[in-house]
Amino acid sequence: MTRTVTANGFTLDDAGQRVVVDPICRIEGHLRIEVNVDETNTITNAVSTGNMWRGLEIILKGRDPRDAWAFTERICGVCTGVHALVSCRAVEDALGIDIPPNANSIRNLMMLAQYTQDHLVHFYHLHALDWVDVVSALNADPKATSELQQAISPWPKSSPGYFRDVQNRIKRFVESGQLGPFANAYWGSPAYKLPPEANLMAVTHYLEALDFQKEIVKIHTIFGGRNPHPNWLVGGMPCSINVNETGAVGAVNMAWLNQVSDIINNSITFVDQVYIPDLKAIASFYKDWTYGGGLSSKNVMAYGEFPAIANDYTNDSWMLPNGAILNGDLSTVYDVDPRDPGQIQEFVAHSWYEYPDPDAGLHPFDGVTEPRFELGPNAKGTKTNIEALDEGAKYSWLKAPRWQGNAMEVGPLARYLVAYARGQEDIKEQVDGLLAALELPVTALFSTLGRTAARGLECSWTAHKMRDVFDGMMANIKLGDVATANMQSWEPETWPADTKGVGIGEAPRGALGHWIHIKGGKLENYQAIVPTTWNASPRDPAGNIGAYEAALLGTPMADPAQPLEILRTIHSFDPCLACASHVISPDGQELASVKIR
Amino acid sequence: MLADRETFYDVMRRHGITRRSFLKFCTLTAAGLGLGPEFAAKIAHALETKPRTPVIWLHGLECTCCTESFIRSGNPLAGDVVLSMISLDYDDTLMAAAGHQAEELLEQTIEKYDGRYILACEGNPPLNEDGMYCIQGGRPYVEKLRHMADHCKAIIAWGSCASWGCVQAARPNPTRATPIHKVILDKPVVKVPGCPPIAEVMTGVITYMIAFDRLPELDRQGRPKMFYSQRLHDKCYRRPHFDAGQFVERFDDEGARKGYCLYKVGCKGPTTYNACSTLEWNGGLSWPVKSGHGCLGCAEDNFWDKGSFYSAVTNFGVMGGAEATADRIGGILAGAAAVGVAAHAAGSVVSHMRRGKAEEASHD
Repeated sequence: MTRTVTANGFTLDDAGQRVVVDPICRIEGHLRIEVNVDETNTITNAVSTGNMWRGLEIILKGRDPRDAWAFTERICGVCTGVHALVSCRAVEDALGIDIPPNANSIRNLMMLAQYTQDHLVHFYHLHALDWVDVVSALNADPKATSELQQAISPWPKSSPGYFRDVQNRIKRFVESGQLGPFANAYWGSPAYKLPPEANLMAVTHYLEALDFQKEIVKIHTIFGGRNPHPNWLVGGMPCSINVNETGAVGAVNMAWLNQVSDIINNSITFVDQVYIPDLKAIASFYKDWTYGGGLSSKNVMAYGEFPAIANDYTNDSWMLPNGAILNGDLSTVYDVDPRDPGQIQEFVAHSWYEYPDPDAGLHPFDGVTEPRFELGPNAKGTKTNIEALDEGAKYSWLKAPRWQGNAMEVGPLARYLVAYARGQEDIKEQVDGLLAALELPVTALFSTLGRTAARGLECSWTAHKMRDVFDGMMANIKLGDVATANMQSWEPETWPADTKGVGIGEAPRGALGHWIHIKGGKLENYQAIVPTTWNASPRDPAGNIGAYEAALLGTPMADPAQPLEILRTIHSFDPCLACASHVISPDGQELASVKIR
Repeated sequence: MLADRETFYDVMRRHGITRRSFLKFCTLTAAGLGLGPEFAAKIAHALETKPRTPVIWLHGLECTCCTESFIRSGNPLAGDVVLSMISLDYDDTLMAAAGHQAEELLEQTIEKYDGRYILACEGNPPLNEDGMYCIQGGRPYVEKLRHMADHCKAIIAWGSCASWGCVQAARPNPTRATPIHKVILDKPVVKVPGCPPIAEVMTGVITYMIAFDRLPELDRQGRPKMFYSQRLHDKCYRRPHFDAGQFVERFDDEGARKGYCLYKVGCKGPTTYNACSTLEWNGGLSWPVKSGHGCLGCAEDNFWDKGSFYSAVTNFGVMGGAEATADRIGGILAGAAAVGVAAHAAGSVVSHMRRGKAEEASHD
């Protein structure tokens, strides 16, 4: 090239200076971003590269399907549990197992708790420092910070003395000269817009949220025995309920249920009194930073999550609906069918894998993958010292999943747009309320900040939804139903000889699907397509660029040597690369390898 | 310069913490590590006289569950560890900088603290495809690992990936994911296995190393004895049901609702060395067995390839003299001869305990 228009309507130009950011930090896993900028330092081309591959799906071949949740749970420890849940759904689908209502409620509670904790940690610990200048907080007036805090929230930790103490702690930390995780960053950049008081408030909540997040996941500890990586069970949940009989102390009993209830209340309070007010306050200073929309105003997709009715994974049941929007037409929402071989396909023309037909797309039931690591002719550097990639050739360990041939954005913003377009009242009310408070039009959602705002709104929604689900479960227990597992099809002798299943859902980062094939009681094939594979995908044979690549285009950088704007937009997707790159290999053949010295 | 001299105690005082609170912290730390009150003074002395030790935290092939577990620590809080006890000079999951600004910090640490920083490794390097199944800064991760290991004082191998290989090294290990001690041969490696390890075990190990400026005492496999020298089964609160022959036969049966032993539905507690049944998880709230699922054995080498998680560790009869049986099974399944000896020793110590002749199941 130098200048081209992609199949999905974005203009690319690689004539200007190439900027490489590797590693992208404050994410899960290993990601590389390369961009070209023009003479005004505006991004004109973007290249997203998944930097790792683990081959988990080949490892699953031949295993007991009942064990698969534990293997797939280790795809990701940040969104822990989401793969385990979807894996259980896939096996239950293949074997025709219905889970009891209490198991459905407990799974929903665990998934809702995961969303709440994950979104909170993302906002404060992975994303906030793109907007919040830690060093500027040293110049804040604690009294003015206190007034700001009290003006926006009833959160009780708001006295001038409290903020003075935190400020002193930061000051002494900075003066020590050992800046730890805050060293060598972009403090003082003109891209930071918050006044010192807002910075101090946000840094204070960075610390508070770090302490609080560990409380939310105790819901996992009660029902799943621990967090990260709680336990699940094909057929239901392993935690029995006993509220009134001998031995209740050895099961989920009233004391633990009360603790869950308290955690829910505290989570609602923290999210509504700290996270949401901070989000609004920070966003109000960045209203003119309207970049990063990318695919969000065109193509978004969600599979659906939180089944209100046990074993019903359709829009009759999903509390957040399934659907796809194409070309920004909110008046038509398509149903996404994970079983339809024509809808979801993966391509590898620009991925480090090989297909028999290099330009074909394959549905995950037919997925094949053979790793083939090679750099294109225009790459700079060597195989083991890459200076710049050639995006005209293969350039990522991620495949390129497409829905009916289209690159799709997934995640909180996609879920909210699908729910909004489906006319779901609770979501519309939240979205319209936030836009009114910030005096912004609906189109403001199609941006980096829109993505970040949707995640915050969703965190509040999930915290409150925990209350509804918990109350529903208690009502069911009151009726005398304490069952948590259906073990009728537990023994492999009861299974069909050859069967396939699909498990879908929504991880905090977006649409997640597992496709399995069980033959002779063992896993014959296992495929997962995960949110970050959709969002961070490389180009496809038709030339469509992925969501990360699209979102970076047109963004002006204050200083190309400081990748703050790139971090903002990439972080708004909450990347998870360990999830994204674990596709199957045909066998474990030894390839070229390095020597152990 | 200041950064080289400021001690942990200085930092605490700078943070407005009184000497009284500081000493209380030392007492709690000593108790948390299972040490007597006389050690509180030693911890206090150590913390008063040492600068904050730099820690470089690298990530290879992994899922970041170790980092997530670390930030769940309640005593001490992860925030206090990171801001006040160590100097976390590199951690790509948490650090503000990115790209070359992040990578510069590695060289700066080597320059300032050559031979004096701790290298904390989460995940492992893949060795196939010239290491390019895990790329960082355009280069194989294994290069970065070796470079940083060359200049470090000691290595902590966080979790089962770094300690044993874990899930990506399960059969057939397509990327040839390799644990740290098989790549770095010339530095001490403290293995802290578990998928993930317990948060307070992680902060306990690193706090011990900072406080005493030495490695914790390790078993033959390189694990700190203070947390990994006893089997879950030996300290399991459901052990009386095992001894009484009261078992969960199927999930959610009457036995499950009464909290019976999970041995028959696959619990790997009899062959797993970890602290779950004593420290428990997430502030001592619960642990897998207490919430109704058997132990997966996630702190053990190659636990993914030892058969289904729902197969009892053997088909051996478990009624009658069951504890001896389970102990012997533990010895056999532990594999290597040395481990087998340790397990047998543990078994016999347990027998002693059962006869009231021993207080503590220590073994070497």
